[in-house]
Amino acid sequence: MIAARFSLPLFPEQASTLAPRVDALLFFLLAVSTFFTLLIAGCIVVFAIRYRRRPGNEVAEQVRGSDRLEIAWSVIPLLLCLVMYVWGAQLYFAAASPPPDALEVYSVAKQWMWKFQHLSGPREINELHVPVGLPVKVLMTSQDVIHSLFVPAFRVKQDVLPGRYTQLWFQATTPGTYHLFCAEYCGTLHSGMIGQVVAMEPADFQRWLAGGTAASPAVAGEKLFADLGCDTCHRAGAQARCPDLAGLFGRTVTLTTGQTLTADEGYVRESILTPGAKIVAGYENIMPTYQGLVNEEGVLQLIAYIKSLQTTEAKGPS
Amino acid sequence: MTTAAAVVAEEPRLHYLNESYGVRSWLLTTDHKRVGLLYLISLTGAFFVGGFFAVMLRLELLTPAGDLLQAETYNKFFTMHGVIMVFFFLIPSIPAALGNFVLPLMIGARDVAFPRLNLASWYLYVLGASFTTYAVVTGGVDTGWTFYTPYSTMSSTTQVMPTAIGIFIVGFSSILTGLNFIVTIHRMRAPGLTWFRLPLFVWSLYATSLIQILATPVLAITVMLLGLERVLRVGIFDPALGGDPVLFQHLFWFYSHPAVYIMILPGMGVISEVVPCFARKRIFGYRYIAFSSIAIAVFGFLVWGHHLFVAGQSVYAAMVFSLLSYLVAIPSAVKVFNWTATLHKGTIEFRTPLLYALGFIGLFTIGGLTGLFLASLGMDVHVTDTYFVIAHFHYIMVGGMVMGYMGGVHYWWPKISGRMYPEGWGRLAALIIFIGFNLTFFPQFILGYLGMPRRYHAYPEEFQVLNVMSTAGASILGVGYLLPMIYLLWSLRYGETAGDNPWDATGLEWQTPSPPPRDNFETSPVVTSEPYAYPGREPAHG
Amino acid sequence: MAEHAAAVAHQFDDAEQQRGAAELGMWIFLATEVMFFGGMFTAFTAYRWLYPAAFAHASRHLDVLLGGTNTVVLIGSSLTMVLAVHGARVGHRRMLLVSLALTMCLGAVFLGIKAIEWTHKWEDGLVPGLRFTLTGADAGPQELFFFLYFAMTGVHALHLVIGICVVGVILALAWRGHYTPAYHNPVEVTGLYWHFVDIVWIFLLPMLYLIGRHGP
Repeated sequence: MIAARFSLPLFPEQASTLAPRVDALLFFLLAVSTFFTLLIAGCIVVFAIRYRRRPGNEVAEQVRGSDRLEIAWSVIPLLLCLVMYVWGAQLYFAAASPPPDALEVYSVAKQWMWKFQHLSGPREINELHVPVGLPVKVLMTSQDVIHSLFVPAFRVKQDVLPGRYTQLWFQATTPGTYHLFCAEYCGTLHSGMIGQVVAMEPADFQRWLAGGTAASPAVAGEKLFADLGCDTCHRAGAQARCPDLAGLFGRTVTLTTGQTLTADEGYVRESILTPGAKIVAGYENIMPTYQGLVNEEGVLQLIAYIKSLQTTEAKGPS
Repeated sequence: MTTAAAVVAEEPRLHYLNESYGVRSWLLTTDHKRVGLLYLISLTGAFFVGGFFAVMLRLELLTPAGDLLQAETYNKFFTMHGVIMVFFFLIPSIPAALGNFVLPLMIGARDVAFPRLNLASWYLYVLGASFTTYAVVTGGVDTGWTFYTPYSTMSSTTQVMPTAIGIFIVGFSSILTGLNFIVTIHRMRAPGLTWFRLPLFVWSLYATSLIQILATPVLAITVMLLGLERVLRVGIFDPALGGDPVLFQHLFWFYSHPAVYIMILPGMGVISEVVPCFARKRIFGYRYIAFSSIAIAVFGFLVWGHHLFVAGQSVYAAMVFSLLSYLVAIPSAVKVFNWTATLHKGTIEFRTPLLYALGFIGLFTIGGLTGLFLASLGMDVHVTDTYFVIAHFHYIMVGGMVMGYMGGVHYWWPKISGRMYPEGWGRLAALIIFIGFNLTFFPQFILGYLGMPRRYHAYPEEFQVLNVMSTAGASILGVGYLLPMIYLLWSLRYGETAGDNPWDATGLEWQTPSPPPRDNFETSPVVTSEPYAYPGREPAHG
Repeated sequence: MAEHAAAVAHQFDDAEQQRGAAELGMWIFLATEVMFFGGMFTAFTAYRWLYPAAFAHASRHLDVLLGGTNTVVLIGSSLTMVLAVHGARVGHRRMLLVSLALTMCLGAVFLGIKAIEWTHKWEDGLVPGLRFTLTGADAGPQELFFFLYFAMTGVHALHLVIGICVVGVILALAWRGHYTPAYHNPVEVTGLYWHFVDIVWIFLLPMLYLIGRHGP
């Protein structure tokens, strides 16, 4: 197993599909660095010995330079750098491109704990259960300051920002328990804002999910939707006053400015908290803001509910 | 090398140290040499205060649990270590202490262009340091030297304001030094001293000064906005208003990335002086080194986004910044190759300054190469915000710049003080520093890749062995830094008298007595030769 | 600085070197000032791009008449500053003194009008952090606008205050006969500084006052 071979104390475990790729890049970088370090150190040592001042070597040969050498030792490192650049950029792109069918988990970070919400119901604090062999996408926001979700064994890291959603994704390859750290200094207990990711075989994961009694966040979202009065405007039959939310996610939306966008979690969050920022074409700016009336977790619950609404014949709010 | 006999019997020669006495003659001096010494003393103080915090950090990290210091105290200590070392030691270090002293001498001038402004910049340094000291003694600040919002504006309950004010003020000290140097280099070179006859130390100070004048004002405005937001409890980095905390990071790093080049270019300049001197050989690739300094200064302004690869910046911006970050590495590599090539076919004497220079070359190479790891997007995602980054920048700042500083201090010590330091102790200290440094910081690369985040006061047990190694190294490093403090002071009274040119080096600063007279030269020099014109065999093929 | 014409400080070889150094020094200082204001301009531009409607809305709270008047005042003060430099160059003492005094006065008028504007903002509840009473969906971004408005005009006003003080000092020294056609570097470089402060205002005016003037 790859994991066994690389369990030297010099590397964290490779527990995701990304990890071996990052480690491969590491080896390339290490090889190049070791080569140049030994080259320079070696030259220095050899020159220091060979050209030390002693009788017979009292006077230097006053070489000016060599344009050819300068070009060589500019171009060759540049080419090596370009390889590092392209390789690294490819990995970065991969890390920034979650597969569309990834299992979603919502996360709200706060000083000093991680809150995780699985869409099927279970909530966790400082611990995240995930299945092996399936892509998992974590959609995150912060309740206060900037944090950063870091799982060394998966080689993933992403800052978690207040007022915005960021995301990271991974696909675990080996069952096990792995460190989870906050990697952006966030105050007194920053080094206590740690936890673990528990990767389980898919069957075990399903069993774990079913074992919880918590309802899906979409259920809580449905209740919030009614409690906050969203259903007074966003209901079947009231299309003239406000946009239809059924099938919203992934839909292309045209705004009054003519701009178009694809409705995603960030757009929905913005629409709830600062509705005046983007108005859908053909509608008026009449939606009140819910800033202060709903917290980040509530917003995520509403998002979960809206995602669950099917197209056209929207099952109206209860 | 000349060994001057003690000249006790004669009338002491007048020079910049003894031409006037008294506190007022120092505190109101406009002599660049005295201003340089005022800085040297202040910087040494700052270094030891910053170093004290580092010692405390390393002691805490001996054990996985947070048992020596409270979490909040630890957070304050790493913040203050960073703030003091960056703003009150590294940024001014070589330019303000050595540059102030040596630059006019090197170009054959009587002083810098604006001597009173020079003194003012030292007072600004002291004023800034006072505010920061006030912050330290009234509870400290715990935001990290990077002051990321909204923690620093909305959440931290520590002395952010006085620290911010201190940094704002000391920034102007930096700007004035840079302004002074640029005008001095442009307008006050001795007759015959064309740009390509300038010593490379001057080129590096020029490039550094360009960065200082253009980047530091952005820090000033960033810190000002930070302070306003903290006082008013509302502002442009506040997400509740629609503000963007990442904007702070862009503004902050727009200065702080070029700042790291302020913190290394002068050290590189010292190496470019020391290697030719002790190999008694013309520097290899003079123009390439000169232009590399300028290239580093220019490119250095274009790469700040590499501090934001996981911060929420767009993927496309990240790709641009990654590419540019590789480009900025090339001129540094060119310098390393040129210095090494200078040794080839030289005649090398292993005096203390050269030992520091060789250490610099090796350690800066490692630090720079690990920068390539960080510039690589996919790799950076894993190692950013971990001990890997800490190791990277300490290799450059400490393994590079501080060793360059020590090398420069030793190299110009005879000129500054008229005395030689004890060579045996000098070499020993250099060696101890080199060993202690590597033992302290090399394990941190491994710790970082293993996943130990930075700014952690407690850590998982499996990281302990490497942390203990690092602390052990730090104790050795500490001893290494204490030694020069002792023997350099000792040498002021008991050191061998130095002649005008104990190294038999080229350069105008060696054509005047040690210590130099108040106006540097009895008669203004005229330059007719190229730099580093050491005697020797011309190569067979020109 | 000595009283005699063409006195050269000891670090310079001759008056020409001294003049060249002073001029280069001031240009470099102005470059640092460009970067200083540039930071705030960048922040403003970023938020203007993100919230165009809110910024236009907020901009309409500003008084274009007062802003426009101030612009004329400041440009006028640059004119008087130019006349002062000219007076120094040709040795026309009265022109030098009167122009410097007028420059100070016009600068003070600018500050007075600015004070009036700021008082209006206070009364209207548009001062972030101290007295901000706007409500509505875009109150947040509007508050961002006003935060930057006060920061930028405040820093600009500070530079103007410093400028007036410096001109005052120059005026006093000119009164005592320090400046001649052969030596008047301080007047020249002060003129450069003054023009820079003027130019910053020329950028601030449209940026702050003239967004979306014709919008809904």
